[in-house]
Amino acid sequence: MKRTALIVAALVGAVVLLPGCMEVEQTATPSKQGKYQGKPDATPWSNEPLAMGPKWSKGDRASWEEQIKKRQLGQHEDRRIYQ
Amino acid sequence: MARMKFLSDAERCIECNGCVTACKQENEVPWGVNRRRVVTINDGVIGAEKSISVACMHCSDAPCMAVCPVDVFYRTDDGVVLHDKDLCIGCGYCFYACPFGAPQFPQAGAFGLRGKMDKCTFCAGGPEPDKSEAEFKKYGRNRLAEGKLPACAEMCSTKALLGGDGDVISDIYRERVTRRNKGFEAWGWGTAYGPGGKPGAAPAAAGKKS
Repeated sequence: MKRTALIVAALVGAVVLLPGCMEVEQTATPSKQGKYQGKPDATPWSNEPLAMGPKWSKGDRASWEEQIKKRQLGQHEDRRIYQ
Repeated sequence: MARMKFLSDAERCIECNGCVTACKQENEVPWGVNRRRVVTINDGVIGAEKSISVACMHCSDAPCMAVCPVDVFYRTDDGVVLHDKDLCIGCGYCFYACPFGAPQFPQAGAFGLRGKMDKCTFCAGGPEPDKSEAEFKKYGRNRLAEGKLPACAEMCSTKALLGGDGDVISDIYRERVTRRNKGFEAWGWGTAYGPGGKPGAAPAAAGKKS
């Protein structure tokens, strides 16, 4: 009886402990050379415009580009002076 | 589709370093890191001294992006070249590759240890939630998400530094150049700001120290 119990305990122990000796499966995602590996970034137009500032429709790229173009043209002081 | 670029007008830059200060202040850039700087050649030589403001030029075919061994660089839909600092290993390859010396490395350790690379973001933040604390700490302010242009260009007092879509700012520059006065001297107030201005006294012969 005692011998049977020992054999059963040894078998159970083997079942429980042996996987610890096995090689762990490694699932490394291979990096694709030349491809960005970092986190994604949001687009500027996906933001809500500030309460006091330039206005555009959230998520609408065309309206954001339109307002930023107006701001860029504000750098043209020649036109502001000569008109 | 916009392609965000900087354009520096050497005829107008007065080396005031306002752009450098604006960048430092807006992005709270740490000591020892200069995302933008003013480069002057022929310093003190009348008629030959020229300055330009230099930072990341957000290249269309960026060499930093090509050489990065961990591929942390990406280009946004607006053509701004940004990078993920979480993956940067501070190897410095991008610094060697960049023709403008744009990548900066904070000297964090006692033995000149390189930190993670820092560079001009065109005030577009980085790959963290827009306008978040994390984005500001790592990359600085995201002015594009606020509908604004980079602080350096908007702060430039002489409008020597233009920032925005390459097509728009090159049109501004082209129009500026065609208005320039070339009669009096090929440099000076008239050249920088166009005809109509009253030029001052005739300068001394070129080549003399001021």
